[in-house]
Amino acid sequence: MLADSSVQSEALNSIPALLARNVEKFGARTAYREKEYGIWQSWTWAEAAKEVEDLALGLLGLGIREGDFVAIIGRNRPYFYWAMVAAQSVGAVPVPMYQDANAQELGYVLGHCGARYAIVDDQEQVDKILEEKDSLPALEHVIYVDPRGLRKYDHTHLHQYSHIQQIGRAAYDEFNPELERRLAKLGYDDTCVMLYTSGTTGKPKGVVLSNRNVIESSKNSAAFDNLTEEEEILAYLPMAWVGDFIFSIGQAYWCGFCVNCPENAETMPTDLREIGPTYYFAPPRFFETQLTSVMIRMEDAGRIKKWLFDHYMKVAREVGPSILDGRPVPFARRLSYALGNIFIYGPLKNVLGLSRIRVGYTAGEAIGPEIFEFYRSLGINLKQLYGQTEATVFITQQPDGEVRADTVGVPSPGVEVEIRDNGEVYYRSPGVFVEYYKNPESTADTKDAEGWVATGDAGFFEESTGHLRIIDRAKDVGKMADGRMFAPKYVENKLKFYPNILEAVVFGAGRDFCTAFINIDLNAVGNWAERNNIAYASYQELAAHPQVYAMIQDHVEEVNRSVAEDEMLSGCQIHRFLILHKELDADDGELTRTRKVRRRIIEEKYADLIKALYDGSSEIYTETEVTYEDGRKGRISATLEIRDASVVATKAKVAAQ
Amino acid sequence: MSSLTHKAEIPEGGYRTPDGRIIGGVLMDIRNVTLRFGGVVAIKDISFDIREGEIRAIIGPNGAGKSSMLNVISGFYVPQEGEIWFRGEKRPPLKPYQVARQGVARTFQNIALFKGMTTLDNIMTGRVTKMKSNMLDQAIWWGKAEREESEHREKVEEIIDFLEIQAIRKTPVGRLPYGLQKRVELGRALAAEPDLLLLDEPMAGMNVEEKEDMSRFILDVNDEYGTTIALIEHDMGVVMDLSDRVVVMDYGKKIGDGTPDEVRNNQAVIDAYLGVVHE
Repeated sequence: MLADSSVQSEALNSIPALLARNVEKFGARTAYREKEYGIWQSWTWAEAAKEVEDLALGLLGLGIREGDFVAIIGRNRPYFYWAMVAAQSVGAVPVPMYQDANAQELGYVLGHCGARYAIVDDQEQVDKILEEKDSLPALEHVIYVDPRGLRKYDHTHLHQYSHIQQIGRAAYDEFNPELERRLAKLGYDDTCVMLYTSGTTGKPKGVVLSNRNVIESSKNSAAFDNLTEEEEILAYLPMAWVGDFIFSIGQAYWCGFCVNCPENAETMPTDLREIGPTYYFAPPRFFETQLTSVMIRMEDAGRIKKWLFDHYMKVAREVGPSILDGRPVPFARRLSYALGNIFIYGPLKNVLGLSRIRVGYTAGEAIGPEIFEFYRSLGINLKQLYGQTEATVFITQQPDGEVRADTVGVPSPGVEVEIRDNGEVYYRSPGVFVEYYKNPESTADTKDAEGWVATGDAGFFEESTGHLRIIDRAKDVGKMADGRMFAPKYVENKLKFYPNILEAVVFGAGRDFCTAFINIDLNAVGNWAERNNIAYASYQELAAHPQVYAMIQDHVEEVNRSVAEDEMLSGCQIHRFLILHKELDADDGELTRTRKVRRRIIEEKYADLIKALYDGSSEIYTETEVTYEDGRKGRISATLEIRDASVVATKAKVAAQ
Repeated sequence: MSSLTHKAEIPEGGYRTPDGRIIGGVLMDIRNVTLRFGGVVAIKDISFDIREGEIRAIIGPNGAGKSSMLNVISGFYVPQEGEIWFRGEKRPPLKPYQVARQGVARTFQNIALFKGMTTLDNIMTGRVTKMKSNMLDQAIWWGKAEREESEHREKVEEIIDFLEIQAIRKTPVGRLPYGLQKRVELGRALAAEPDLLLLDEPMAGMNVEEKEDMSRFILDVNDEYGTTIALIEHDMGVVMDLSDRVVVMDYGKKIGDGTPDEVRNNQAVIDAYLGVVHE
């Protein structure tokens, strides 16, 4: 595939160097596509390199210094990928940030790294920065892509992206020698990018990744899945997230494949269908939502279609995964699957935009076994990986043919993994981050002298297969009052596998029994309500409906039975639960921007509800502060019902009593 | 960094708004207009002007004659008395399509879209006044007609991008929620590239979030394209926030005219809205 003679790989020690190589090797191939005005616009590697160069020269014109931080705030667009590489070209460090963060969150991150430049999408981002500008003395210039609404702003320190490029192009002779000098200086151990972790606890931390981290990780993972310049990916995950950086820059530049950017967030499903990516990454939630919408639509389908779908999905569940893994399958079943492919799987995959997937990954959270199997049975090579920002994504991955819903695979190439005595997973690899920026204590806490990094997750290797299984966050795994093991996430995941349950939070550390908050999924439950002629006016009303409560109770009790089967964790059965009157939301600080539950904050905010769960009351009146999208605050109040769920008596429990 | 706006000369007849925008001279001047339907007098001797680049609101209680006023401006009604001056010229009685050709576009109180057509096609209909090729050319879709359609499509796509409705480009508008239909209707009016945009209750029936979105778009249209906007609206908060000057009507008469603050403190206006004690 790629020449990896030592001479060549020695020179390929930065992203700009990879860009130069791609121009030489794949100059006329498409590197970027973006849908704009309803048409896919494309740029070849040669054109992309020119865009990067113009911007880099323009940045030199603005006086950028080596080591400066350049904040990148926007949705996935080629301009921002170029901006990152342009910043690297002049020896600066790109810092992509979450574009849906509010002004204070952005202000904190901008202030923490002391960014001198910010390259942003539009008026919304400019306004957020202007709001915080008094606390950001280091920030000198803001560059925006979309001029809409910004024409009348004071442009002393505000610039349009294309103008900076024009200035750069015009000043080619003045600045090019400096650009070349800086490009030549880029080394393998220089900083490639700084990414802020979403921070389930406390303030976000800036993870510094070197060129070595990024390029080695990209190289190893590309080889693991035989990625080539032929791949097509859709870049739609937040640019601030390490995964997007590795897929859309690291691997894309290493392999030379094409990055496609959707028109906007809402058109993503259509764009996905039009592009038909061959290599694809999505968090479990995405697959859940997609499957839920398929199932909802099938409920409304005609009888013949419904019968066809049910029949062939049964066939697929039986033999699909075996066919995908190349295990022997009787000829008759194979034939049946082939027919199913014509009638159901093919068209379905086409509608979902997954027809051409060669390798698909899901990570970040546990995925429901039914959901995972559904996609696998359609013949989509969906796999799991386990990783984190500090590892430059990859810790373990599932090799083709060894894919299961409950494990996260074997260590990725070049990664060593070990389980320490307390059950926590540690790893060491070429991708291990350099440091947390301006935070030596945290760096020392996480990474030891030999380069081993604590993941914070508890897990174990399955002896029969050598695959890693993750149980829970190590710090969340606790003990109940009587000393039984408490692993909230294990139970929450089981609950969340029901399409009706969007989110669950389980409590029980240091208590006599476990209880839970449930968030219903408005899509699934709303559709169910419609089919059952249940009228409701609001989320709150639907959530409090007795029939919804009854349905959720069934789910909880089913989970209890399944949890009871595991002797070690049988204490984690849910004794009492309530359905929350509002959706847990990142804007209210209850979830991280990557939609992970922030336990401590929820425990504090809903202390009254937790108290009621344990004091035996059957309902509780509560008032909650909510933050609207525009940052204003409001209060909602509700009286919530608390239900008891039946639990299975187990040996452990009897013994404890 | 501060967000001060550029200094610029104020043109004759214009003024500077509190937020620093420059308003130009008179675009449309309505002089002593009276409109009757048989014995009913809908509009009684009303005069006011609309200046270039401003957002001008017409408010008043139900039945005050606001919509009739808008229909007079758009050329749908021809007043029995009075004159309408547009761009410094007296406007003779015209058919609505002729007024549209002059650069006046509007939206309707009750959405008047083609329900079975897509968003894209609906907005495309707004380009009709700009199309030059004849029916035969368009039917065989050759040469000029083909080129022309591409140009119009480009303009329409710009509007779709501007109003952030890319995701519903190919959706029949009948399937869209009300707030989005209103936005599509605004898109169709914008497609005519009007100099004067008339909005008949753009926020009617919307929830708070939809109202905020719509306000944002109205301000953006005014800012980005420099379009002059005349709007009728019932939501006082919206009117006072958006508009530069407000005309207040009651029983077909003009009872107030000025900046939002002036109107708010005008006794006649307060009486019209709150009622007066009859002795």
